[in-house]
Amino acid sequence: MSILVDENTRLITQGITGREGMFHTEQSMKYGTHVVGGVTPGKGGQKVLGNVPVFNTVQDAVNKTKANATMIFVPPPFAADAILEAANAGIELIICITEGIPVSDMVNVYKYLKGTNSRLVGPNCPGVISPGKAKIGIMPAHIHKKGSVGIISRSGTLTYEAVGQLTALGIGQSTCVGIGGDPIIGTRFIDVLELFQKDRGTKAICMIGEIGGTAEDEAAYYIKKHVTKPVVGFIAGQTAPPGRRMGHAGAIISGGQGTAEEKMKIMKRCGIKVVKSPADLGKTIQKAL
Amino acid sequence: MKIHEYQAKEILRKYNVAVPNGILVSNKSEAAAAAKKIGTPVVVVKAQIHAGGRGKGGGVKLAKSPQEAEKYTDDIIGMTLVTTQTGPEGRLVKKVLIEEGMSIAKELYMGILVDRETSQVLIMASEAGGMEIEEVAATTPERIIKETVDPLIGVQPFLARKIAFALNIEGAALKAVIPFIINLYDAFVKEDCSMLEINPLVITSDDRVLALDAKVDIDDNAMYRHKETQEYRDLDEEDPSEVEASKFHLNYIKLDGNIGCMVNGAGLAMGTMDIIKLSGGEPANFLDVGGGADEEMIENGFRIILSDPAVKGIFINIFGGILRCDILARGVVAATKKLKIKIPVVVRMEGTNMEEGHQILKDSGLNFAIGNGMKDGAQKVVKAIK
Repeated sequence: MSILVDENTRLITQGITGREGMFHTEQSMKYGTHVVGGVTPGKGGQKVLGNVPVFNTVQDAVNKTKANATMIFVPPPFAADAILEAANAGIELIICITEGIPVSDMVNVYKYLKGTNSRLVGPNCPGVISPGKAKIGIMPAHIHKKGSVGIISRSGTLTYEAVGQLTALGIGQSTCVGIGGDPIIGTRFIDVLELFQKDRGTKAICMIGEIGGTAEDEAAYYIKKHVTKPVVGFIAGQTAPPGRRMGHAGAIISGGQGTAEEKMKIMKRCGIKVVKSPADLGKTIQKAL
Repeated sequence: MKIHEYQAKEILRKYNVAVPNGILVSNKSEAAAAAKKIGTPVVVVKAQIHAGGRGKGGGVKLAKSPQEAEKYTDDIIGMTLVTTQTGPEGRLVKKVLIEEGMSIAKELYMGILVDRETSQVLIMASEAGGMEIEEVAATTPERIIKETVDPLIGVQPFLARKIAFALNIEGAALKAVIPFIINLYDAFVKEDCSMLEINPLVITSDDRVLALDAKVDIDDNAMYRHKETQEYRDLDEEDPSEVEASKFHLNYIKLDGNIGCMVNGAGLAMGTMDIIKLSGGEPANFLDVGGGADEEMIENGFRIILSDPAVKGIFINIFGGILRCDILARGVVAATKKLKIKIPVVVRMEGTNMEEGHQILKDSGLNFAIGNGMKDGAQKVVKAIK
């Protein structure tokens, strides 16, 4: 089994006619994801990538295709609007890949989503893949392998690193979720942990965090209370200086909060197997299984 | 983006948030004229640099006459101001703000930020004005008032009143502080601030409410919709190599070590720094070339890493997804030849088109060391520079 995306996912891409949107929609289709359409305002009626219909609005797409998931590649100034449109049209799973959305836009989006049934993953994330079933996002498909390790991560390439190590050891993944590197994200560690704990196909969990914020601490306390499956964790940025934003908008140590050391200490205390080196993720998960 | 105090106050004025009368000057004769024009018995001379802690470092002085203002301005301009936030190298002061002095009855703290826990805007206030808020939070957290703002309604008068009463503000000042808080929130939202801090917020003995100091950070992601604020960027306050990197859309941060790193993705870049340290080395930088790196970007990345004379070796760690290893390898070979790189370069590549990438490195005739996994790569580069 898996979480969030699988063979029942009916995907549309918002921003499908853009270069990135088109490329990654094609990659997702090649992987076997059920792509039912795309949205680009003003380009409704066109067909792209063979037979994929383009709609002017998400509502049109939902009405015609029964889409239940969307992948957003809309540029940052318009991305918050795209998320709101998807939620307004009743899309259950909204995965926003776009990097660089203003935080104040996300404050409003976050509040609006609270009153809907939509789940947002991201923004500024690689997406979600359930190996062998469906992929929504920009991750390289070929490194994945179907299996029973669930991965949650704030970082893209570091997730690929963990996946690569696992696959090399012959260990597959149930679902890999990139939750994104921004200060405001729709789905947090805790939300995904809850899903993995319930998922019978997931036997162990790998959690990859970064400096900044307290999301990993919250997750650690949650794990202690609610998660019975083994969890292996890593925090990137042990060597990061305070006050400097390390690439991701959310990755900054400020006011003495959000250091890797502190997070790792709390995670260990809550029973997570914390690795100091990202090169040890694969082996440690292997042992935990 | 960080901005100067005088710029922050310009923004606040636009939103009718009261700030002291002040004039920005860049030499002593301007200072004397400014002090006369302001006309209060005492004026304050404040160094304009991006770092906080200026008072303790000698960057803020009270002048009791225009002559004194002139003297202090002359002292401060041109000095390298070292504060707890500048690091030991300090910052060169080029401008000072001359402001009216006033009789202060009460000093408060007020800050607005996006709270990651609630994903909403949070107003923090405290009667412990003038102190570092982190210190207050650590020692006496009960002295900090926190109110989350619903973006749908913003700061309504009731919320401003709630904060004002909690701060024990009374009388005429109470009337003044309510629009002050409402307007402050308005400025925060409309100017896309990621942080807005008034420390201290003062109540004068004649019941005026003013932002005596102002620290504003603007959300970089929102700069596209603030053309005016873009003018506020002061490149002198930034590291030159970081400014150079940003021109090429490279995310570079200089650190103190001697092993240059080039990585795709912020998380992996941090992880690479960590593994270098665990292998006994010290990273010289954080550099994320992103997912869409091409030959030109890689060359620019190399150039920026090498502009740091401390760099003795380079570790390239790439997990190819969208970024193909063959393209990366071609870029690395071209840059190594073009820039005539003599120091050891260790390349670790994995992912899309890895075999082709390795072949390109091998065929180049150049002496690259290949890292078999990130741990091996890190160990090889640490060994190579010893």
